[in-house]
Amino acid sequence: MPFTLISLLHLLTITAESHGFSGYMYPNEYELQWGLLIVVYPYLTGLVAGAFILASLERVFKVSALRPIYRLSLLSALAFMIIAPLPLLAHLGHPERCLEMFLTPHTKSAMAMFGFVYAWYLSVVLLLEIWFDYRENIVRWSNEKRGIKKWFYKALSLGATSVSPESIKFDHKMGKIITIIGIPSAFLLHGYVGFIFGSIKANPWWSSVLIPIVFLFSAIVSGIALMLLIYMITTMFRWKQISMACLNKLGELLFYAIMIDFSLELLDFIHRLYESEESISILSEMISNRLFVSLIVAQIIMGTLVPMVSLGIARFGRLPDELRRIVYFIAALLVQVGIFSTRWNVVIGGQLFSKSLRGLTVYKMELFGLEGLFMTILFLIAPILILFVLTKILPPWPSDEKAVIRDTEKVVTAK
Amino acid sequence: MKLSRIPQQVIPLTIIFALAIVALVAARQMLVPESFGKYGHYRADAVEEVASHDISYAGIQVCNDCHDDIVEVKQESYHRGLSCEVCHGPANNHAEAPDEYTPGAPRGRGYCPLCHGYNPSRPVGFPQILPKMHNPGKACMTCHNPHAPTLPHAPEECSACHREIASTKMVSHHTTVDCRTCHTVPKDHWSDPRAVHAEKPTDRSTCGQCHATGADSPKIIPRIDIETHGGRYLCWDCHYPHHPEATL
Amino acid sequence: MKQDKPCIPRREFLQTSAKKIPGLVVAAAALSTGKTLLAEENSEYNPEDHNYAMGVDIHKCIGCGRCADACKKENKVPLEPEFFRTWVERYVIPVEGEARVDSPNGGIDGFPEIKEKDEILRSFFVPKLCNHCDNAPCVQVCPVGATFKSRDGVVLVDESYCVGCRYCIQACPYGARYLHPTKHVADKCTFCYHRITKGMLPACVEVCPTHTRVFGEEGHRSSPLMRFLRFKDVNVLKAGLNTKPKVYYAGANGEVR
Repeated sequence: MPFTLISLLHLLTITAESHGFSGYMYPNEYELQWGLLIVVYPYLTGLVAGAFILASLERVFKVSALRPIYRLSLLSALAFMIIAPLPLLAHLGHPERCLEMFLTPHTKSAMAMFGFVYAWYLSVVLLLEIWFDYRENIVRWSNEKRGIKKWFYKALSLGATSVSPESIKFDHKMGKIITIIGIPSAFLLHGYVGFIFGSIKANPWWSSVLIPIVFLFSAIVSGIALMLLIYMITTMFRWKQISMACLNKLGELLFYAIMIDFSLELLDFIHRLYESEESISILSEMISNRLFVSLIVAQIIMGTLVPMVSLGIARFGRLPDELRRIVYFIAALLVQVGIFSTRWNVVIGGQLFSKSLRGLTVYKMELFGLEGLFMTILFLIAPILILFVLTKILPPWPSDEKAVIRDTEKVVTAK
Repeated sequence: MKLSRIPQQVIPLTIIFALAIVALVAARQMLVPESFGKYGHYRADAVEEVASHDISYAGIQVCNDCHDDIVEVKQESYHRGLSCEVCHGPANNHAEAPDEYTPGAPRGRGYCPLCHGYNPSRPVGFPQILPKMHNPGKACMTCHNPHAPTLPHAPEECSACHREIASTKMVSHHTTVDCRTCHTVPKDHWSDPRAVHAEKPTDRSTCGQCHATGADSPKIIPRIDIETHGGRYLCWDCHYPHHPEATL
Repeated sequence: MKQDKPCIPRREFLQTSAKKIPGLVVAAAALSTGKTLLAEENSEYNPEDHNYAMGVDIHKCIGCGRCADACKKENKVPLEPEFFRTWVERYVIPVEGEARVDSPNGGIDGFPEIKEKDEILRSFFVPKLCNHCDNAPCVQVCPVGATFKSRDGVVLVDESYCVGCRYCIQACPYGARYLHPTKHVADKCTFCYHRITKGMLPACVEVCPTHTRVFGEEGHRSSPLMRFLRFKDVNVLKAGLNTKPKVYYAGANGEVR
């Protein structure tokens, strides 16, 4: 995955640039507690929430231009969702004790609710929605295929093999209900991840009521950009025709989402500057010394402003389709780098300064080991592999793909 | 509602979710530690576990129980408030098996300066020396008994104890002014500094000896009308006599 | 404070019973440095009767670092300079400009000469430790209930239950927690819970040569801590965060945080 590599490379350069401590750190603060894995975790859940919200746009709000990627988005959300908790698990001091989160969850702890939010989202929302959506196909495949495959699909249908019009109607009805439940759940999933950070009053960089909302919108941004990339890459490798109407819609949504996300982040930034609390001087020092590359260059300029402007031009200017596709693709890549940097700046940035507000430390990235760079790359590649397997089991592409695309273009031009 | 009218899909899903919930409830029954939640959202046994950690420092009573001779000496000295284990290190081993373990004792020059080495951040009046200049090469114990660290002879220089003031005064215009010019020092202050204090000036006349307009002192010393200058304040309300700020 | 003379052979009793039966406290132990009367004579230890707290008098601290040293020895804290249950900070306040703070190896090896050339207005030492907050953010955020406030008002960590997520370390405004490098669980000051429940003093208080640290209980009228609180102007650290700390500082200026 090129975009993850780009993001990681620039992170490496940041680490190389800053060296040594400055000022005073409490002795227990020299070493960062949350490293690269905790950067990956909100990045992955953000992609899940974003991809799901995109899928629900088609389903609930009838954005017909998105039809070609509806199922693909659901599968992508599932693929990333399966991996999302693994970085958390790998970073625990005692991963074998993780079940305690379900056994004795502390109701006052924001983190304790993770298990439940995750279980709810994975099982009640994602799996159910995919199951209801695919059930008709699963039953058909179980009749068509032979050998192990036949039994595999039989098992997947859970014995509900009826394809009567009533049953299929019920599938559709349930799918819609779940999507409606799913939208607030997706908001909850990622808003909640933001709350984990935003509710830490000890940390002035995190403690902000806007953080859950910023997380949510950056999740939507990253999810749309991810689907744009996945859609373009999968169509290219399958030698199929791409739906320009769908791409344009994605580009347009991405443009709007970035605008909202950027406004919120700007609001947060201005609010901090204007309030100018005790922490402002150490935070400004951190931004100009430690986070310059990842915040100003990677997140704001390369990850937000450049994609925003180029998407605006590509979507609303008069460009040939080929050029437009290239711009969309590059913009989506840059957005991924930007959002990864956003997560980096929140998680790592929040630990680079001392809570005594008198000093800055450095993050030393491990290369190998459970919390190192290679493990992280693995966690970023794994969802892509899972998605590949999922598309083999549950092909998201309609058998009459050309007709669907033609219909989509027609409906969109008619509007 | 008849059973046949329930959509076919609902049945397997209901079974799966019911199983999941049963599994969670069963897991809670079996895996949650027994004492969890007894007093609050934690494992009550953990309190006992923390409380049963081994002790390293026996505490001064235990030392005093046997070492009467040292208690007697120490009780009268400046070190009476000190626990033996400050210098001798953790000694619970020794208390439980006196013959098997003997606590150490710092006998060189390295340990005492942790407290008594000069450091300007230490409170004024705390006895401090400059380890590099203070009888170099000799172990502290040669002259001082750590259990009764009375000085071998009372220091003649005020700076022996008041190092911080001395070092400030040294770089000020008052460097040549002897401490006794302004402070009256009772003889007992040398032997028992905490009980008998040196006296401080109480009115402007002390400063006036040199700084009053009509004072009989070298011309280079700045003069001021000590009757009217500064209104109702005393000299040291604004000026720091150990480091007066005025420049010549 | 009036001190009762013990009526039982202290030493034997201490060794045989008090140390081996946690919870049983004898008057002999209550005599610790003749300062605190922590428990009633011959009574079963009842956590509900206690609410431990500490006072720190900054004017008295000589920065010898014996407290940090004793803490590491008593509690087997890893010796590396990144892990402390208690440490001593030196504040140097120049005539002009920002206060500078340092704490080389927590103050255990003493403090180097002040290198900066600019004129110094004031300088002093501040011992730091877990504040055992009444409204502890670390307890609030622990997802599994592995860190908690005991009934006697001490914030403890259950090291066989902690999952090592480090959320509590992030939530502590005082930097009082660390991840134990070999146990992989959060670790912090316990007020030497294994000592105080036997009527002894925390190790840092035991060895403090200038009695900078005063250990006692809130709510007991005759306790060295209550005397400390009555006669001194005390502050708590970062009061604005409403953590309600139970380590009280006398002589802590605005620079101390």
